[in-house]
Amino acid sequence: MTEIFGVSTQALFGQLLIGLINGSFYALLSLGLAVIFGLLNIINFAHGAQYMMGAFCGYFLLLKFGIGYWWALALAPLIIGLIGMIIERLMLSRLYQLDHLYGLLLTFGLALIVQGLARNEYGTSGIPYDMPAALTGGQNLGFMFLPNYRAWVIVASLVVCVSTWFVTEKTKLGSYLRAATENPALVQAFGINVPRMITLTYGFGVALAAFAGVMAAPIYQVNPLMGADLIIVVFAVVVIGGMGSIMGSIVTGFALGVIEGLTKVFYPEASNTVVFIVMVVVLLIKPAGLFGTQR
Amino acid sequence: MLQKRSALLVVSLAFAAGAANAQISDGIVKIGVLNDMSGLYSDISGQGSVFAARQAVADFGAAAKGLKVEVIGADHQNKPDVGSSIARQWYDVDKVDVILDVPTSSVALAVSEVTRDKNKVFLVSGAAASDLTGEKCTPNTIHWTYDTWALANGTGKAMVKTGGNTWFFLTADYAFGHALERDTAAVVEANGGKVLGRVRHPFPGTDFSSFLLQAQASKAKVIGLANAGGDTINSIKQAAEFGIVKGGQQLAGLLMFISDVHALGLQTAQGLVLTEAWYWDMTAANRDFTKKFQAQFPGKFPTMVQAGVYSAVIHYLKAVTALKSDADGKAVVAKMKATPTDDKLFGKGTVRADGRKIHPMYLFEVKKPQESKYAGDYYKLRATIPAAEAFRPIADGHCPLVK
Amino acid sequence: MAAVESVGIGAAARAADLAHQRVAFAIMTAFFVLAPFVVYPVFLMKALCFALFACAFNLLIGFGGLLSFGHAMFLGTAGYACAHAAKMWGFTPEFAILFGTAAAVLLGIVTGLLAIRRQGIYFAMITLALAQMIFFFYVQTPFTHGEDGIQAVPRGMLFGLIDLSNVMVMYFFVLAIFLAGFLLIYRIIHSPFGQVLKAIRENEARAISLGYRTNQYKLLAFVLSATLAGLAGATKALVFQLASLTDVHWTMSGEVVLMTLLGGLGTVFGPVVGAFIIVTMENYLSGLGQWVTIIQGSIFVACVLAFRRGIVGELGYWLKKPL
Repeated sequence: MTEIFGVSTQALFGQLLIGLINGSFYALLSLGLAVIFGLLNIINFAHGAQYMMGAFCGYFLLLKFGIGYWWALALAPLIIGLIGMIIERLMLSRLYQLDHLYGLLLTFGLALIVQGLARNEYGTSGIPYDMPAALTGGQNLGFMFLPNYRAWVIVASLVVCVSTWFVTEKTKLGSYLRAATENPALVQAFGINVPRMITLTYGFGVALAAFAGVMAAPIYQVNPLMGADLIIVVFAVVVIGGMGSIMGSIVTGFALGVIEGLTKVFYPEASNTVVFIVMVVVLLIKPAGLFGTQR
Repeated sequence: MLQKRSALLVVSLAFAAGAANAQISDGIVKIGVLNDMSGLYSDISGQGSVFAARQAVADFGAAAKGLKVEVIGADHQNKPDVGSSIARQWYDVDKVDVILDVPTSSVALAVSEVTRDKNKVFLVSGAAASDLTGEKCTPNTIHWTYDTWALANGTGKAMVKTGGNTWFFLTADYAFGHALERDTAAVVEANGGKVLGRVRHPFPGTDFSSFLLQAQASKAKVIGLANAGGDTINSIKQAAEFGIVKGGQQLAGLLMFISDVHALGLQTAQGLVLTEAWYWDMTAANRDFTKKFQAQFPGKFPTMVQAGVYSAVIHYLKAVTALKSDADGKAVVAKMKATPTDDKLFGKGTVRADGRKIHPMYLFEVKKPQESKYAGDYYKLRATIPAAEAFRPIADGHCPLVK
Repeated sequence: MAAVESVGIGAAARAADLAHQRVAFAIMTAFFVLAPFVVYPVFLMKALCFALFACAFNLLIGFGGLLSFGHAMFLGTAGYACAHAAKMWGFTPEFAILFGTAAAVLLGIVTGLLAIRRQGIYFAMITLALAQMIFFFYVQTPFTHGEDGIQAVPRGMLFGLIDLSNVMVMYFFVLAIFLAGFLLIYRIIHSPFGQVLKAIRENEARAISLGYRTNQYKLLAFVLSATLAGLAGATKALVFQLASLTDVHWTMSGEVVLMTLLGGLGTVFGPVVGAFIIVTMENYLSGLGQWVTIIQGSIFVACVLAFRRGIVGELGYWLKKPL
């Protein structure tokens, strides 16, 4: 058995695969944030709370209506996305002409409120959400045991990421959106309802967060603080990828998962911090992020 | 003549009662329950501990004995600076005489210092650091319910004796996690086991799959989880996903409470071995307390930390009544050490010179879902560790109070 | 330089404004001198330390236009350095505080050099990333004792003569430090340097075209802000006799943003008011647990939507005089 730095190659492959799985999670999570910032220039600090709301929504659908995981994957994002759109209409739209800072602070405040209310009701130990029956168990790959659910996470994440990228970069709708952020007045003059597009886009970004939340519910305990610690890591991913770039955050998400995975093998205590080290290095070399363009 | 004598008797009794009350500082015994009401440990302690304290005051019959007692609560948010400043303010301004609970060892250590400086009383139920009765012991602090040594001794020793003699630790990377790992490793090795390795994860963590993979690869018979709260819950949940228990390895939760088992559900938690000081379903008195608890917190089961607060308040009030004074913290604690304890929840016990409360500890195993007959029926008793063996021998603690 | 010095028309108006601010300063000082006889002094000292921290932060964002998400790293670094010096090396309090502040200055220079090159949200994210790395460093190094923190820090004898364990003596010492820091910030704001900073905040490109080396000004503002934040942190460590991880955690950086926003970004007295309100709220509502976070969140939302000038800003707007 060959060894690299004291770790067997077999174990290393296992860790790399886990890194890839975690990376797909990061990509999925940062996607919503990248859509909202890239297309709308809003720094959505409520993303972590919306992720948490997605998971709770999935839990409630099961508890009150008996709606299982597969339907929840579709319904929870719709519901939370709708709530997001209401927030955008009522509150965020007033801040567009101001400094980015205010959008950030508003969403940060909203996140505090939502998290506080959830903690008040549910405590912090969390609520169990069962894995869907079809995805339990796993495959023995030889170098590790891969749970089916984790394989599903990679697949689902890739599908969602690639379709989102396709829609925004390659379709007409996507190009309208990108044009609208660059010059809303002109696009509006062409007869396109810009405010409605912006609201829908924000809702879409929020729905992506909620989707990630439902995906997370079976493997991470559904608890009010689940988004709070993730939010700064997700921000870091988006910033490294380049804040305007969808492809940037997808690639960075996966890459970060792998880097973090390797850190967990060789210096596990630092695994939470490695993303920030990467961010500082990247920002010093490429100021707008890996794929970003200077705004 | 008889009338005059009885009148004299009545008057002198009234004087005596009045005098007794006058020696209670400000005429009222003020109890402060300081714990985490909004974060990681709010389910373990939180408002439930405040309830336990109030119940203890009621059960003690304070009013009937002519003692005025008030209970207040506050949230230290698991931060030593918040905790020590609330403690300071309580002692200086709000005339609090005794502080109880305080989960999170870093906060407990800070509050212990402040309590010594102000000569009040500190009865720790929530925190686990065995240093509180070791190097950092003070004449004003009593460590009630449990500590890291007792947990390590209970779970560690029991598992090694039943065949789990190779261990791998999954440790939260902060001082408390390191202490828990260190204490358990010592017990494992002292009983003939071997520690095959360990991995430290950042605190708090979310995804443990990478660490669990390393634990799996080590082929250790027991994976010791030296972490707490959400980290433990997530580790266990993900371990189930990766088929760790099915693969023949056992999980040992080194710091687990019934609220964690409740949050996990029996399907995931079954088979887990853990050590606790109290379980709601063990005696009729416990069940009775639980019923009252559930009137306020439906669906929740009291934890050993909350029961410990009850027990500590009863003993404190006994000491204050006997001394007829709560003003001198050191004196009250000395009285508490000199008197054996006896209350509805913990039964009979003692308080040692180093401030360690002594009672039996219990090794529990989490039931399988089909074994659980009613809500909250989570544990089966695997072993009782007698009081004399449950806690660290007094000499090993190096407490400066004990010569 | 000359281009930025007084313009004839505005000078008289500015002198009147400054008189207004002098009155406000007198009121503030009188309040703080008399308050400890009525209100619990330790609570007041906590509020003063945070007020200085918020003022330092405001210097950077309100006047420099630079939002830093990592200011807690200065508060905490100074706290740890001061606590370690006082406890392990036996420094007297004035030297411990100086040592803590010096540590913050050093950190400010290093991080400033890295962060200043970028603007806007990227600047904020770099400061956050650096603060997270510093946090990790403190979790790992043994001298901080992790989450236990450095406890039982002795307050010591000021100048070797005055015993600081007396709470009123300590209070007036802290008040003196606060007033010194506040006056320094006031001087900076109302100096030519402060004017250039405001110009850079309004339109950096124009400032560059006028010949100013904007990066140097921004760096200096950053280091000054870090220094005063450090002063606040070192003093706080002696007040509570404790230095812990809370002071370097990113939520502490968030709290100072909240205090400054509530009080009024870019006002002189705003951060003081904001800090007081937040500290009071946390203190008196601690029995309510969860509701404190919810209330804080609501304040954020309300301030951003309806109340952008903050309390002091609104007051100044109403009085038509900048405060």
